[in-house]
Amino acid sequence: MSVGELILFGIIKFIAIVFGWVMLVATVLTLMERKQSAFMQNRVGPNRAFVFGKKFPLSAFIGHLLSDALKVLVKEDFEPPRANKWLHLLGPGIAVIPAWLLWVVIPFGPGPMPGAEGDHPFLIANLNVGVLFMFAVMSLSVYGATLGAWASNSAYSLLGGLRTAAQMISYEVTLGLNLVGVFMIFGSTRLNDIIWGQGQSAWGIFLQPVGFVLFLVASIAETKRAPFDLPEAESELAAGYFTEYSSMRFAVYSLGEFIGIVAVAAVAVCCFLGGWQIPWVETPVDASGVPIYGWLTVAQIAIFLFKMVIFIWLQMQIRWTLPRFRYDQLMKLGWLYLLPLSLLNLVVTAIIMYAVR
Amino acid sequence: MDPNYAPYVPVAVVSILVVGLAAVILLLNRMLGPRRPTREKGIPYESGVDPVSHPRRRFSVKFYMTAILFLVFDLEVVFIYPWATRFKAWLADDAFAPVALGSMLFFVLVLALGLVYEWKRGAMNWE
Repeated sequence: MSVGELILFGIIKFIAIVFGWVMLVATVLTLMERKQSAFMQNRVGPNRAFVFGKKFPLSAFIGHLLSDALKVLVKEDFEPPRANKWLHLLGPGIAVIPAWLLWVVIPFGPGPMPGAEGDHPFLIANLNVGVLFMFAVMSLSVYGATLGAWASNSAYSLLGGLRTAAQMISYEVTLGLNLVGVFMIFGSTRLNDIIWGQGQSAWGIFLQPVGFVLFLVASIAETKRAPFDLPEAESELAAGYFTEYSSMRFAVYSLGEFIGIVAVAAVAVCCFLGGWQIPWVETPVDASGVPIYGWLTVAQIAIFLFKMVIFIWLQMQIRWTLPRFRYDQLMKLGWLYLLPLSLLNLVVTAIIMYAVR
Repeated sequence: MDPNYAPYVPVAVVSILVVGLAAVILLLNRMLGPRRPTREKGIPYESGVDPVSHPRRRFSVKFYMTAILFLVFDLEVVFIYPWATRFKAWLADDAFAPVALGSMLFFVLVLALGLVYEWKRGAMNWE
């Protein structure tokens, strides 16, 4: 493809993926999160904002989404007078940019088989480093939280920011190490190759059960949700690193977090739950290894999105079920249990692969 | 265009797009929202009372320790990645397979020793 075509398709795919799915899910999540917590705590939840006051089905649902979005846009763009003006504005921006950027390596549907030539229609950039690029980008989001927290010039913000930084970097090591087992089995860091491999042998969750559980724990810690929500523990730190944030700046922070949740779900689905593979259904390919696209492709994309929703729902259930850790327990769990366990998982996988080669 | 670099063109395009998008939504709020700063509003939030602590104070050295630990271990993970992607291919070669496995086991052993050392020296003791 020429450079012009690459640029054009890049823009089209980005708009389709990020606005057609990621932003949609992230926005709906802001409401579903509150509804889910209400159901689990035997409350009603948000049910007031009807569209033009009309009570048709889903009216309150759409009403809350619209009013939330409009509200953050027209509220006062507040800047604490003692804050560092530029860093205070830059914080949320840096937090949300990586969350959008990492979607360039997530394949939403079947592409050419490993080794086959051809363009991937449901993937923005078919990078050979794949997941490594995603982790590199993901690590940047810690700057957003820490910079914003420091710039706010408030004690709660600073403590929240420090905790966020320490927690995110601690669990990122485990998050990265747990995928190594999957890379070893399928011999690639491209998510597309990994999903094809899972269709040919078995899903990652059966080949790497320990890796999946550790990844789940580390991913919840990475997205800063209960039981790992120490950075924004209400009872200790008000709202943590975004205590001094309001209106759109706050909304951008929380958007970044919700997109992070969807992104982690996407990686988990790609590496452990078979991606767009439907169980017992072969993807038809032509002689050169490029899939034959048809109605099955639509079903595969749908099942990929469905698996993501299920994983997000699981994360939400965990969030509203478990109580919060103490800070020393959190750091201990990360460094003394999860990290050695994931190293052990790596070694055991290597030895088993060597034994059965 | 070199097929090795072609995938990075969309990455560059998307990078520009997302920076623009973040700037637009933050500036849109600045234009649409009112600005009525008052003295009370400007006080840093400390549960309603006047601030008693100084936010630019020193913080625990533990955070620096954690950052150093992270740098070391994250780099190790990056070193493991290329090995992991080639491991399956190396296993097919009978002569090289034991070397591939052994070198990684040694690497992880050194890594684990480092972790145990840090633990014994109390770098992970947060009480």
